[in-house]
Amino acid sequence: MSVNRPTPHDSAKLHVTGAARYVDDIPTPAGCLHLAFGQSSVAHGTITAMDLSAVRTAEGVVAVLTAEDLPFENDVSPSIHDEPLLATGTVHYVGQPIFLVVATSHTAARKAATLAQIDYAELPPIFTIEEAMAANSRFEEGPRIYSRGDSARAIAASPHTAEGVIDMGGQEHFYLEGQAAMALPQDDGDVVVHSSTQHPSEIQHKVADALGLPMHGVKVEVRRMGGGFGGKESQGNALAVSCAIAATLTGKPCKMRYDRDDDMVITGKRHDFRISYKVGFDHSGRVLGIEFTHYTRCGWAQDLSLPVADRAMLHADNAYFLSNVRIESHRLRTNTQSATAFRGFGGPQGLVGIERVMDQIAHQLGLDPLEVRKINYYAEMESADGGLSAPRAAAPLPPEGISTKEKQVTPYGQEVSDFILHGLTDDLAARCDYAARREAVAAWNAGNPIIKRGIAVTPVKFGISFTLTHLNQAGALVHIYQDGSVALNHGGTEMGQGLYQKVAQVAAGTFGIPVDQVRLTATDTSKVPNTSATAASSGSDLNGMAVLAACETLRDRMAEHLAAMRQATPASVRFADGQVQVGSETLTFKAAAKECYEGRVSLSATGFYKTPDIQWDRIKGEGRPFYYFAYGAACSEVVVDTLTGEYRILRTDILHDAGRSLNPALDIGQVEGGFVQGAGWLTTEELVWDAKGRLRTHAPSTYKIPAVSDRPQIFNVTLYEGDNPEPTIHRSKAVGEPPFCLGVSVLMALSDAVASCGTAYPALDAPATPERVLAAAQKVRGHA
Amino acid sequence: MKTTFLLNGETVTAETSETETLLDWLRLTQNLTGTKEGCNEGDCGACTVMVQDVQGIRALNACILFMPQVAGKAIRTVEGIRGDNGALHPVQQQMVDKHGSQCGFCTPGFIASMATAHAIGATDFNDRLAGNLCRCTGYAPIIRAAEAAADAPVPAWVASDRAALDTLIGSPELPTSSDALAAILTEQPDTRIIAGGTDVGLWVTKQMRDLGPVVFLHACEDLKQIDITDTEMRVGAGVSVETLREAIAPHYPSFAEMLRRYGSTQVRSAATIGGNIANGSPIGDSPPALIALDAQLHMRKGDTRRTIPLEDFFIEYGKQDRAAGEFVEAINIPLGADGLKVYKISKRFDQDISALCGAFNISVNDGKVTAARIAFGGMAGTPKRATHVEVALIGAPWTMETIEAATDAWAQDFTPLSDMRASAEYRLDVARNLLTRYFAESQGTTTSVLEVQP
Repeated sequence: MSVNRPTPHDSAKLHVTGAARYVDDIPTPAGCLHLAFGQSSVAHGTITAMDLSAVRTAEGVVAVLTAEDLPFENDVSPSIHDEPLLATGTVHYVGQPIFLVVATSHTAARKAATLAQIDYAELPPIFTIEEAMAANSRFEEGPRIYSRGDSARAIAASPHTAEGVIDMGGQEHFYLEGQAAMALPQDDGDVVVHSSTQHPSEIQHKVADALGLPMHGVKVEVRRMGGGFGGKESQGNALAVSCAIAATLTGKPCKMRYDRDDDMVITGKRHDFRISYKVGFDHSGRVLGIEFTHYTRCGWAQDLSLPVADRAMLHADNAYFLSNVRIESHRLRTNTQSATAFRGFGGPQGLVGIERVMDQIAHQLGLDPLEVRKINYYAEMESADGGLSAPRAAAPLPPEGISTKEKQVTPYGQEVSDFILHGLTDDLAARCDYAARREAVAAWNAGNPIIKRGIAVTPVKFGISFTLTHLNQAGALVHIYQDGSVALNHGGTEMGQGLYQKVAQVAAGTFGIPVDQVRLTATDTSKVPNTSATAASSGSDLNGMAVLAACETLRDRMAEHLAAMRQATPASVRFADGQVQVGSETLTFKAAAKECYEGRVSLSATGFYKTPDIQWDRIKGEGRPFYYFAYGAACSEVVVDTLTGEYRILRTDILHDAGRSLNPALDIGQVEGGFVQGAGWLTTEELVWDAKGRLRTHAPSTYKIPAVSDRPQIFNVTLYEGDNPEPTIHRSKAVGEPPFCLGVSVLMALSDAVASCGTAYPALDAPATPERVLAAAQKVRGHA
Repeated sequence: MKTTFLLNGETVTAETSETETLLDWLRLTQNLTGTKEGCNEGDCGACTVMVQDVQGIRALNACILFMPQVAGKAIRTVEGIRGDNGALHPVQQQMVDKHGSQCGFCTPGFIASMATAHAIGATDFNDRLAGNLCRCTGYAPIIRAAEAAADAPVPAWVASDRAALDTLIGSPELPTSSDALAAILTEQPDTRIIAGGTDVGLWVTKQMRDLGPVVFLHACEDLKQIDITDTEMRVGAGVSVETLREAIAPHYPSFAEMLRRYGSTQVRSAATIGGNIANGSPIGDSPPALIALDAQLHMRKGDTRRTIPLEDFFIEYGKQDRAAGEFVEAINIPLGADGLKVYKISKRFDQDISALCGAFNISVNDGKVTAARIAFGGMAGTPKRATHVEVALIGAPWTMETIEAATDAWAQDFTPLSDMRASAEYRLDVARNLLTRYFAESQGTTTSVLEVQP
């Protein structure tokens, strides 16, 4: 079987030799033109005058377009048509595209774009949460509220209460390959677009609208991205649409890529959040009632902010059963970049809220935070009986008055029937020697006045499925050629996660052939239509199943033909080890394909999959939005300098649930990379805007993602093997986003280290830069 | 300008403007698109190439490397990095085997850095790869790959490139001595001097400025000399920060440790000590240490030379004591200051610009402070001494009480700004605390998180 094996990424050899092509590497046809945006220099205002003459006469400039020059739709929004490609009189953030330069080179376009004379009548901008709340500047009519039970009464009746606020910053995606697109004009006004996008069908849709074409007039192709992380779900629209329009108007190929600084200034980032909370709990730390209020700055346009903020609410519980709970969510409109999808899609932000609460409860009661977390866990999945093929040992259920069934329901009414964190956490704690190391940390701290250590374990329970239910579908197209080679195509895009490799393994496994006999071709809207974004960790789940369906269709057709020729039954035909066994005869897969071709068997099939059993009412906050949950836990130990706030991650141990992993090597890669990215979000990655709304951290010189030495010095990642109880593709689980949330263990370990400076609770905000860590240490010491 | 060099083993001559970058030339004219543009400012390493010259092999960022800077050198891009007999290079094979690439976009730069480290037998991978950002892998598999490849033989082309350099004439147009440089600057005093280009490069790639007349000093061999006596070290202005780091480590390990974090390997290997001083940045990392050591700066204009204390070179923000046509020729660093400690504070340890950088040169005799020179970057418009703090310390007993008594002196010395790197309050608090760190360190207390093992 080719699945479950740690084979390398299908493009690994191309990556290491520099032969893997990204959009900007595709050889440009002669006469290719290059584009750049002229951008707003104010955060909010109306354009009173615009003199573009210096732009038009600049060296290399072929054309300059404004909103008035656009032939059809002036919109690149993925949601509610509120995002003009080029500003229409009013500007809403610093960096907003106002005009489009078409020039003979990338540099000429960039240079010319800086030469405009634009006058603005400035309007009062809204930047902060306070300003937005005061002005009632928001998306949707008011806050969304999900609740269960009577949280206020439960908190009032609790023996202990706590409250607080945590601020957490946004995050720049910093995909190494910036946004890029190229459009090639075709016959009869059609256009072919190469785009670095996670969502080819949306590019197709937006380009078609911008050109006044039916969708069949636009073909979008994506071979690979140099990283996406959600930042290429909607943010590539502007470039692709610009290229398509310019190509149509000039009749020439047009290419656009953002310089890094432009990329960071123009495009949206992870939503920053403020979460305030009030909690009542008993002597053991068990939560009796809890209330959260989420505030998130969505930026100037809606983009994907509603489902992001929804998902934050849906992860407000993380791994914990909350009997009386209320979650209120404010989606605020501000004069900043339009915040967008980013790995976890709001989930991590919601999860940080409850992890802060667990940490604070433990601090208040003087308990080990891990014990407080465990006592609040959902009830463990019941083991192998019930037909679930889960070999993992079920941990003992926590003793208490309410039934297991009651302890398996989320605030939004979904049953958590696959919970495995009791067993997983105990396994992790034993593997990493948590209890002894916690004592060693305390001993170190007692003897060291300046350098303090901290340790923390945090879990993740992450809901898998798009919450917009209709997106949970996928298609595939599989061909078998007469030489036995297989070409397949599906709607998912490759951004480094190894989706192509996993899907190829599924196909190879179905036909019983080596993986190298299967070729994945670039994702192409003309091969598989109406695809969903490769997002929500869904890539392998959806596309793997669609490919499996197509392959099974073909295998059945082959079996039927081969069996009929040999007086055997189709069910007895075996595909394995590159051979096909029919009755007593064995032939190569290649020979079988040739025989089927000559027997006039169709060797091309489509496959389709839709996730079963999900439904969701996002207004009421009720239903089963998620097909299943993915789990994991991390233990991180840090060391902090309490004179400067500097810190290192000394060690991290992770146990993560990828179900029956399709490819353990690729899945471990997702866990390692997701963890470091999550830790970066909560530590050194700080977005800073000035008082005028200008992003000051618009390049890697000022915006600091983790570098190589920032990874944990000891870094042990293990998959928690076991079948997904749901019949997903070969019982695997999605793995893209959940491990990102394990970076939270670093924030909590920093909190633990800082707490050792005194008696006050650190209440450490994120990103916990050295400056914030020092401020928290000073506060705990009573020096603030 | 014509530039001749070895590209992936073949001699090539490029005719370009003086400020065309190697990256643009490779990608736009040679269709060598393996080398990537990630940030266009030398901070991400996606454009890293391997550069060999008579001094050795270095990894450099092609995005801020001007074409004349590669004259006479051997360049290997990812396309030219391979193993012997058609195999993958050992670092390439291990990157495949250890799953070191995900999206693959940073990978060519990593390969160039890893192949460079491999060729020179370096295994300090956290430093060698500090200038290569990866957003996918979390780095762990890349380090595993680098470690696994370390003992494999170096491919033969590394030596054959080196041999080919001997007959290569880079560019006859570059000045090859400080005399020639002085003559050029006398003739045209507004000529822009380009040394490593790690700062000026961004004027071109980010600000899209026309630099006007330029002169490159990297071929001036006499500016790359280091002369050491018992009492001082004379460092030519063209000495790279990396070379300085190696030379100064036996004398001032703390200074060398700061220089390790000055920038990535790629940046340190291009940047020069002269450039770091002459550009006058208030956040340049070498001036605080050099001022604390009372280094002397040698300036030259034509045949006229003068020597000034380095601290006098920095007049105010954006203004230095340098006349038109004058250039930094060398710096003299006094040796023997055993109490020197240099502390760089930044959001990220590696490849980050300092929020503040402090250097303490304090002498204690019989329990009393006998001398103190303390200088900071990031605390004012120029690198600046903490003279009030020095006064508060000198003559006082070397105790925490003395340090606490100096608390108010810091605000007399410094009124820092708030910016995206840190707030004014943080800068002032930490500057103060670094004196506490210095004291604690002198008492044998653990003071650095970098020294704590898991």
